[in-house]
Amino acid sequence: MSDMLGTRDAYGKTLARLGEEHPEIVVFDADLSKSTRSAEFGKRFPDRFFNMGLAEQNMLATAAGMAAYGKMPFVSTFAIFASGRAWEQIRQSICYSDLNVKIVATHGGVTVGADGGSHQCTEDVALMRVLPKMTVIVPADAYETEQVIEAVVEHRGPTYIRLARSKFPVCYGPDCSFKIGRAHRIREGRDVSIIAVGLMVHEAMEARDLLAADGIDARVVNMSTIKPIDEEEVLAAARETGGIVTAEEHSVIGGLGSAVAEIVCEKHPVPVKRIGVQDLFGMSGDPDSLLEFYGLKARDIAEAAKVVLDESARA
Amino acid sequence: MGLSHQEVEELQEIARQLRIDIVEMLAKAGSGHTGGSMSMVEILVALYFRHMRHRPHEPCWPDRDRLVLSKGHGAPALYAVLARAGYFPREELSRLRVLGSILQGHPDMAKTPGIDFSSGSIGQGLSAACGMALAARLDKKDLRVYSVLGDGDMQEGQTWEAAMAAAHYGLGNLSAIVDYNRVQSDGPVEEVMEISPLAAKWQAFGWRMMEIDGHNLADVSDALEWTSGKAESPSVVIAHTIKGKGLSFAEGKASYHGVAPSKAELEQARKELAPKRERVVR
Repeated sequence: MSDMLGTRDAYGKTLARLGEEHPEIVVFDADLSKSTRSAEFGKRFPDRFFNMGLAEQNMLATAAGMAAYGKMPFVSTFAIFASGRAWEQIRQSICYSDLNVKIVATHGGVTVGADGGSHQCTEDVALMRVLPKMTVIVPADAYETEQVIEAVVEHRGPTYIRLARSKFPVCYGPDCSFKIGRAHRIREGRDVSIIAVGLMVHEAMEARDLLAADGIDARVVNMSTIKPIDEEEVLAAARETGGIVTAEEHSVIGGLGSAVAEIVCEKHPVPVKRIGVQDLFGMSGDPDSLLEFYGLKARDIAEAAKVVLDESARA
Repeated sequence: MGLSHQEVEELQEIARQLRIDIVEMLAKAGSGHTGGSMSMVEILVALYFRHMRHRPHEPCWPDRDRLVLSKGHGAPALYAVLARAGYFPREELSRLRVLGSILQGHPDMAKTPGIDFSSGSIGQGLSAACGMALAARLDKKDLRVYSVLGDGDMQEGQTWEAAMAAAHYGLGNLSAIVDYNRVQSDGPVEEVMEISPLAAKWQAFGWRMMEIDGHNLADVSDALEWTSGKAESPSVVIAHTIKGKGLSFAEGKASYHGVAPSKAELEQARKELAPKRERVVR
């Protein structure tokens, strides 16, 4: 069993550390700083931390003003409030002018758990991916989160980073090497590819073991940058393995699965199956039962991979 | 310190000439927002030609005062002012709303020198101005951030989120000016969605408040002087204005909110806005 670490915990620690060498970093939160862990930065740098109260639209546009002035704002709240409630502010005030605002949203996906469907955001990647200029990143674990935060500080432009409430099993160690726009092929494989993000990278690795037991050699790719997506890696999966399963803790509409399907359909059609939330809202429950309920477990991925294999064999 | 009679006259003359520029631009473009451009001319003239510290030849000068035009549809007025101030050649004004122009239908900071923030979606500007004011304070810079708002901004909830935050953070370096022309796209504001009592609303949110005639340049200038005084809280000037000011056919009419003058109306406007005397100021 791998260690369990929180991506939001890694965010809070990393941001507070980077605040030292980057005086231009300012941080905003909307009364959820204890939950998002942005409060860690606030404790270290109270002058550069702004609690905006429950006013997300104002928070995002205020951050835009800060960026227009020359600061580097990090803005945190839950994924649904950042990407949903303040979507138009992100479009008009941030992306339209290509402003350097980093949105780090926690509580993405159904593993939010007991708070229920109102708080389980399964639409944010779709909402952010459609915006011109926006970079969208979903780290696979706490170690990758740390590197993602370091990388986006060096990157200029609007960025959306999706983190989770629950602790994730660790896929990497401190030696992982994240680069914006570059997928990581975690495991080689010839028969089928699993392209995953976030928590689902771990499920994909377990699915690979299940498939191996049946003599199927599955490739596992962590596509942590969903936009700009690593097109070459998607096409390599299509060409070299002939079929793809995508896996995300997000709606199958508009997220990673859509992004992969767009490329595959246009450039190298092969069978694709999308594991994700099937156009449904979430509900209360413990995270693991919710993953089971919505068909987001390793065995769901493995079954989809077998279907893809059958389809590509028939093709 | 108030303006001298001569200074008022000079600013009035600039305003008169800019009104012609605005009507010409809009007529050439064949679309755009006449009413809300004409109503805030004196406000922008007093800001750019009297109160703001800015360098037209160095648009990104870090210590400049900033302006966020939250009512972005008033862009033609701002463009006319910026061209006159020297941010870009006046010839650009004839390319308003044309493909590839630096002058978009609504302000775009990435395309137009002198635009401090992009706008167009009503209700977002005051928040951005708050961000700039917070940043300036963090850097201990003695600069001021201005935001010009319209009636529509008063209806957007986000404006009041920003008003709350500006007071909470004690942004004494922030001045809002409301171009209160009382007419919006669908009709009189009081019929569409009443926003009064405006003064009481701002005061309740913790702002210093002053009400003026927004077409009286001496008043506008005095009010802007007042907002720039040392204070622990943000200031708002509620400028009572006339939509379409200066154009007899458009004054007070919702039908000219988002409509440009026709060719015949342009001719009429040129006559109505012609100089009253021979004297022409630089």
